[in-house]
Amino acid sequence: MSAHRPRYRLAGRIARHVLLVVSATFALLPFVWMISLSLKPPDEIFQPDFHLWPKTFHGVENYRVALTAAPMLRFLLNGVFVCAIIFVLQLMVCVPCAYALAKLRFRGRDTLFSAVLVGLLVPPQALAIPHFVLLHVFGLLDTYAALILPWIISAFGIFLLRQFFRSIPDEIIHAARLDGLGEFEIIWRIMIPMSTPALAAFGIFSVVAHWNDLFWPLIAVRSEDISTPALGILLFRDDEAGQFLGPLMAGATIIVAPLLLAFLLAQRRFIDGLATTAMK
Amino acid sequence: MSLTASIQGPIRSIVRRRHRTEEATVGWLAVSPAVILLTCLLFGPAVAVILFSFTDWQLGAATFHFVGTENFAALWADPPFWKALVNTCLYVAIVVPGTVGLGLATALLIEASPGLRGFYRAVHFLPVMSTMSAMAVVWGTMLHPSIGLVNRALAAFGVSGINWLRDEHTALLALALIGIWQGFGFAMVLFVSGLKAVPQQLYDAAAVDGADGLLDRLRIVTLPMLGPVTMFVIILTASRAFEVFDSVRVLTQGGPNYASEVLLNRLYSESFDYLRTGYGAALAVVYLAIVIALTLAQARFIERRVHYS
Repeated sequence: MSAHRPRYRLAGRIARHVLLVVSATFALLPFVWMISLSLKPPDEIFQPDFHLWPKTFHGVENYRVALTAAPMLRFLLNGVFVCAIIFVLQLMVCVPCAYALAKLRFRGRDTLFSAVLVGLLVPPQALAIPHFVLLHVFGLLDTYAALILPWIISAFGIFLLRQFFRSIPDEIIHAARLDGLGEFEIIWRIMIPMSTPALAAFGIFSVVAHWNDLFWPLIAVRSEDISTPALGILLFRDDEAGQFLGPLMAGATIIVAPLLLAFLLAQRRFIDGLATTAMK
Repeated sequence: MSLTASIQGPIRSIVRRRHRTEEATVGWLAVSPAVILLTCLLFGPAVAVILFSFTDWQLGAATFHFVGTENFAALWADPPFWKALVNTCLYVAIVVPGTVGLGLATALLIEASPGLRGFYRAVHFLPVMSTMSAMAVVWGTMLHPSIGLVNRALAAFGVSGINWLRDEHTALLALALIGIWQGFGFAMVLFVSGLKAVPQQLYDAAAVDGADGLLDRLRIVTLPMLGPVTMFVIILTASRAFEVFDSVRVLTQGGPNYASEVLLNRLYSESFDYLRTGYGAALAVVYLAIVIALTLAQARFIERRVHYS
């Protein structure tokens, strides 16, 4: 930039901050509003004049109602449980498959890889009816299994890991074979440790997608006990206590907080992970 | 010498062949779970949904009949379906320029100088990480006609607000605003990685040629170099916008009078609210076809861009 003209430079820097504060306000406004309302008593929410900070602090009551009227913490634990199991099962299925597609020679390999590429094209929402019927036939609707089973195969995961495994030199694998390692040992002791960046990226992608998903839990689950966070907040809203805005906003805060905190603690990981999985 | 050579060849090929069959066995073993699951959970269901779409089956009913293309004919004649299709396209048409424009602008501003760079990046990325259904509930209260933040702000300027989500003219627009809010941070991050890849020499060269003003640099170097990333962000944003569901389901259920009806909400309502499985399956097939066609068109488009640029 015009490095020789300090006055322009200063003006430019101020303009940059002004504009970014405007767009940051747009990004943050719903969060600020949510937290502000979650601390207010009902009459203050409906008052014509608006204050960011409550005049009478009603936060404790609102959060207590949110936590007792609906199993908020249970929703969060369900979310952690379901996302973790999905990711572990995805890895157990995708990693060996991706390794074989990347490094082993066998008949049908190219056909299978084409099938994976075709699988990438299929939007999961279009398969909701058959998945629903399948789970119904096996009597699994409204269970954790219903939330997990449709997702344990990920064409995207196979594709992403296969691309990464291909970038690992064959010499390392040959050397490991000469040392007497079997193929599954090679996967476990060499490929997995060497591909932690790709696994972390896929993990973040998978967890964020399933933590936030509403479409499938809405179809597969009815009971509060096994609801994931995205569905839980809607069950709470339709509940009696959820009619009051203070507790409802407290509930929303509890639901969105874990993932946002995780993101703030490991920003680089999250941003890089989501950006690389999107770029593939 | 010649003897050993003559037997070495066959031995080696036997060893290699044994290794080959072993490799193939392990290969098949390694892919078998994925093959079984791809068949049962992806390709099987894809075939099933096509079959369902030619029947009059309803969830829970014991019997069904093949009705040919009746469901598709009904779809063709169904105004709500067309409304959903048009609205989805409209939603994409609003969200894509909004998200890409805002994402590009914030990326350029954030990268323009190092001050508070990490802070701004994190703040703009927060909406991307937030659970949409919960934030849609929050947006619902912000757009509330009397106590909502938006109408309170408008009232401060003497403008009387409207019931954004219950008005036929604004419902889709309000949902698109929420879509932009959630997505522009992600576009920003992708643009930032694109900006980091622009070589400094190009700016130096442009400066030698006299283009050292902010706008000149932007016009001559930055924006042309961002072409491929921009293309990519547009495609990504468009395909995500096409899948819009959460905000619609939570806030409007497609109303009022189908003014904010979109394809996935239509699919959900027909299949799981009204349990019209055959008809819902026909919708799913149409949705599947549109998404696949768009994805293939994009893939071809990107390939051409990459080859010739």
